[in-house]
Amino acid sequence: MKVVKHALPSVDGKGLMMGRPAYTDDLADPNSLIVKVLRSPHAYAKIVKIDTSKAEALEGVEIVLTYKDFDRRPHTRAGQGFPEPSPYDKFVLDQWVRYIGDETACVAAVDEETAQAALKLIEIEWDILEPILDFETALDNEILIHPEPEIFENFPIGFDPKRNLAAAYSMEVGNVEDSLKECDVVLEAQFFTQAQAHAAMEPHTVNARMDYQNRLVLYTSTQAPFHIRRIVSQSLDFPMSRIRVIKPRVGGGFGGKQHIHGELLVSTVTIKTGKPAKMVYTRKEVFESSFQRHPMRLDIKLGAMKDGTLKAINCHILSDTGAYGEHALTVFMVAGAKVLPLYNKVDSVKFYGDVVYTNHTSAGAYRGYGAIQGNFAIESAIDMLCEKLGVDPIEFREKNMMLKDETSPIFAIMGEGTEGTAMNMESCELGYCVSRGQELLKWKEKYPRVELADSKVRGVGMAIAMQGSGIPYIDMASATVKLNDDGFYNLLVGATDIGQGSDTVLAQIAAEALETTLDKIIVYSSDSDLTPFDTGAYASSTTYVSGNAVFKAAMDMKRAIVKEGALALGVKVEDIEYDGVVLKAGDKEITLKALSNRLYYSEDQKQLMITNSYFGTKSPPPFMAGFAEVEVDTETGEIKIVEYVSVVDCGTPINLALAKGQVEGGIVQGIGMAVYEEVLYTKTGKSINNNFLNYHIPTRKEINKLTTEFAESYEESGPFGAKSVGEIGIDTPPAAIANAVYNAVGVRIQTLPITPEKILAGILANKAKK
Amino acid sequence: MKVNVKVNGQNKVFNIEPGDYLLDTLRKENYLSVKKGCDNSSCGVCTVLFDGKPIKSCSLLTAKTEGHEVTTVEGIQKEADKLSDYFGAEGADQCGYCTPGMALSVHALKEENSNPSDEEIKEYLTGNLCRCTGYQSQHIAIRNYLEDK
Amino acid sequence: MKINGYQTVKSLEEAYNLLNENKQNAIVAGGAWMRLSSKVIETAIDLSGLELDQIVETKDAFEIGAMATLRQVEKQEGLKNLYNGVLSKALSKIMGVPIRNVATIGGSIIGKYSFSDVLTPLLVMNVELEFYKKGKISLEDFLVSKDRSKDVLVKVIIKKEEAKAYFHKMQKTGLDFAVVNVAISKKADTFKIAVGARPSLVKFALEAMAFVNDAKEVTEEVILETALIAGKELKFGTNSKASEEYRRNIAMAYIKRGLREVIK
Ligand SMILES: Cc1cc2nc3c(=O)[nH]c(=O)nc-3n(C[C@H](O)[C@H](O)[C@H](O)COP(=O)(O)OP(=O)(O)OC[C@H]3O[C@@H](n4cnc5c(N)ncnc54)[C@H](O)[C@@H]3O)c2cc1C
Ligand code: FES
Ligand code: FES
Repeated sequence: MKVVKHALPSVDGKGLMMGRPAYTDDLADPNSLIVKVLRSPHAYAKIVKIDTSKAEALEGVEIVLTYKDFDRRPHTRAGQGFPEPSPYDKFVLDQWVRYIGDETACVAAVDEETAQAALKLIEIEWDILEPILDFETALDNEILIHPEPEIFENFPIGFDPKRNLAAAYSMEVGNVEDSLKECDVVLEAQFFTQAQAHAAMEPHTVNARMDYQNRLVLYTSTQAPFHIRRIVSQSLDFPMSRIRVIKPRVGGGFGGKQHIHGELLVSTVTIKTGKPAKMVYTRKEVFESSFQRHPMRLDIKLGAMKDGTLKAINCHILSDTGAYGEHALTVFMVAGAKVLPLYNKVDSVKFYGDVVYTNHTSAGAYRGYGAIQGNFAIESAIDMLCEKLGVDPIEFREKNMMLKDETSPIFAIMGEGTEGTAMNMESCELGYCVSRGQELLKWKEKYPRVELADSKVRGVGMAIAMQGSGIPYIDMASATVKLNDDGFYNLLVGATDIGQGSDTVLAQIAAEALETTLDKIIVYSSDSDLTPFDTGAYASSTTYVSGNAVFKAAMDMKRAIVKEGALALGVKVEDIEYDGVVLKAGDKEITLKALSNRLYYSEDQKQLMITNSYFGTKSPPPFMAGFAEVEVDTETGEIKIVEYVSVVDCGTPINLALAKGQVEGGIVQGIGMAVYEEVLYTKTGKSINNNFLNYHIPTRKEINKLTTEFAESYEESGPFGAKSVGEIGIDTPPAAIANAVYNAVGVRIQTLPITPEKILAGILANKAKK
Repeated sequence: MKVNVKVNGQNKVFNIEPGDYLLDTLRKENYLSVKKGCDNSSCGVCTVLFDGKPIKSCSLLTAKTEGHEVTTVEGIQKEADKLSDYFGAEGADQCGYCTPGMALSVHALKEENSNPSDEEIKEYLTGNLCRCTGYQSQHIAIRNYLEDK
Repeated sequence: MKINGYQTVKSLEEAYNLLNENKQNAIVAGGAWMRLSSKVIETAIDLSGLELDQIVETKDAFEIGAMATLRQVEKQEGLKNLYNGVLSKALSKIMGVPIRNVATIGGSIIGKYSFSDVLTPLLVMNVELEFYKKGKISLEDFLVSKDRSKDVLVKVIIKKEEAKAYFHKMQKTGLDFAVVNVAISKKADTFKIAVGARPSLVKFALEAMAFVNDAKEVTEEVILETALIAGKELKFGTNSKASEEYRRNIAMAYIKRGLREVIK
């Protein structure tokens, strides 16, 4: 392959580094009104009276919006395909506020200072209600977070607001209780995972204007522009045909920008005033008032035989969706669906649990999407089980894990909010990943620990993981290829480049299919007026689903070129030989350049422009094995991640450098979740660490050595053999690091993050026992 | 109040409020390469050079630039162009939001210390956060750039 | 923060007068930290024109102008050798270079920040502050002083001494504030031990200092005992970064390590 499987530079990196205006706020109308939101100071309260007259009277204030300005039209901000598997439990503005930071009112003014001043002039009389802040007490609590009658589910997702339940689910293969009775050894353990913030460097940003056709044009930093268009139309009752959503360059998303953020309020301001308006979240708002990872409590039971055969898995999860139910069911289900099939040889497996409302910031989509939570619990528990069994944890995994051409009944049972899709693993190099990872880390020399001088101990640990590639039977993507004179192409995709490099990867797929070079493919994403539909950048779908659409459209284009070439040369289509540059038939030939010029200007004139779509019928999982070497200071509990080895099977990595970037970026976010990051609240539900000074994402000082390799693997159903690679990297660090810490100092951390303080407490407790 | 400041080699007069910080002034004046990422000087995407030294433009009062020189990435286009080749080769840019600030920090590092150790590179750039790349690819790209490989 | 007026002063006298003219007038040094507060400043006083950003090495001291940036101090060659470079090392742990290019030594001292990585190492050195009106005062006295009158800090004077020192900042990531920081110095046979970010303002571990300074020989037992005494005498607190108990444990661990290092 000439273009695919090479480490080509991204198509946008240079211009962005050189500072060309490209992000949402760079493209705002300079005369935009500044839109600011009054955020709730209470975790749970009802507005008894709201007086905006003083704010409205302030010079420079254009409009003040409260719940009274909106019809009560429930919707979900989840940004999923329609009908969404998330409850319709949110109003643009509501008389109730359900977490500290919730939207209470909104002001648009000529400048930031005036808008801020106006917010202070809004007078509210509150009825302060008692909140639920401990998710373990939410279910069937007498306090109801969503008592309003209008809210509903689109189809059964276990939604029961009378019980504070946003979603619930259960499934069982075989009979777990019976299987466990037959096991030689049963391990039971409880795990907790924390809320994690996406922390994309670009804050949530949106601006709007009415264009010369009196249509609403939104520029927004989003992962799902087409869903945004639909939700804006639905929830504001504004004709969809009069909305255009443009997604410029996006400064990182990681799931956080799949959701609706400021779009509804900014659109309302622009629709009502006719004036351009913009909103840029403060970092505090990004932390407090956007979304975060679902915290979970996971209760795991594993049963095995003495010979190291895993027989049964029982997994119960309680998940905290916060104030609103975006992605409540689906994230929860992925915690099972993209973890449990790893151990596909069990007799029985049960997965069940509840997703509850609390008065905290809403949880939502976040890279890993439940799989990271499930992975931490299962992969920690596997190591604990192995210790009980006295077997080697790697041998145990090799014996029990998913291999090529195998399947798991879970695929057919569990989808994302719906039934799943049965599939065989036509590509799965997990075995290679596990053995190669051991070599790269020198596992055999280091396992389980090496003692160094000065109270330092090094330990190694590992975990395996899988993810998906899009959502089968739901995700659809499409692509348009247009041939220009001079023989270069436009590639128009609805797929959303949010920094993951999909524009580059999709252009590479097009270039490979069209047998041309990357510079001849001018890629553009995404604009709801110009680019064809795509569900959006989530669920690890872009390379696989959108990539397939691009591949199909490009192959159609090649056929169309050949057909036109045959016409031009006066020969039969079958006689044409075409290498992407010259069309030949015997001694006749015409270059693509000449042909395209002919098509534009001289004979048989026409525009070649072809759109094709792809709609997945399976979701081939990428797999990986992650290996951590940590160094623990036994006197202080401090931990250093010495090295992290990743061996990944993502099918063909379309762009080696970008694929590696996806893995390593994911690994470091996973390390963040494992060791450094945690959204903290006060007892009254106020965020404690709503900034980068107190919420610690890893800096370059924490990252010592990342070793990343790809397994040779080819997924028949993927474009040029590719599967997804966007999420898989994040899944293993929590468990691999927890296992490494245990191997180093004998302290088993079951509640993330793995902080020095918890490690030291464990070391001291172990000492006291001795 | 008015401040006289040289931006990217050009003399400018900015009309500002005494409490304005440089980041907001620059963006208002259409230097859109300077990004905003946080509220408390902790992310580094707003990095500019102040008399050649990297600073976070959100932490410096515009009033303090009177008589000084400010450089944004628009002022070091050649260097950024070259550095971006190294970033591109390593896949060290993803969303790109951190990269203009990074380019300025790297440029200043090169001026200050043309042969830094790995630790010195990390130390110099700690203030420039990146949430996308995991840092290692950036580190390799920067080292290669400094060594002119 | 809100600033209503701005004045670049021509002399220290002008600065002093302006500072005391209105309760809400304040000197803006780097202005980096002030931005994070919600203060209203009537007139911001800029000392930029007064050449207070110089670092001068005299025969027996380093005189650092209050407006010198942390980065200037960190990179000063002479200071890199004083107390085996402990100040440079401590400063290098504060945020990143871009913040240290703005934040000043003066602002870092006047602020009396409880998380300070500037005060802890300075406290175990021999440091005097020179104010415009109040004249000279030792850093130690300044830190405990209840005097709230406003004055302009002109210089920070670090006496040259033949001494060894140690500094450690326990932080979770490279941009983190200190969970605890520890500085120790040893001049001849006299030790100073300071612990900051407990999370309250830095303090000497006086009893521990007395114990180790009385010991004939600093053996491993003495070191362990010194750390224990420090752990007992100092007050530690709990906040979202760490618990009281954890802070105490790591402070003791780093005091031990520091003592071992300075007696090498
Ligand atoms: C994001 C961020 C993170 C930080 N992290 C750390 C850290 O981890 N460790 C650490 O030790 N420090 C940290 N700091 C603090 C930093 O080191 C400085 O101490 C701080 O910025 C104050 O310096 P400044 O020059 O900005 O002072 P300013 O903010 O300008 O002033 C601070 C105070 O001192 C007064 N003042 C200043 N100069 C004088 C003078 N000459 N005479 C009289 N009064 C004066 C001012 O009026 C004001 O009250 C951090 C700062 C920021 C912005
Ligand atoms: S905007 Fe984040 S450091 Fe300036
Ligand atoms: S590339 Fe996205 S933050 Fe660095």
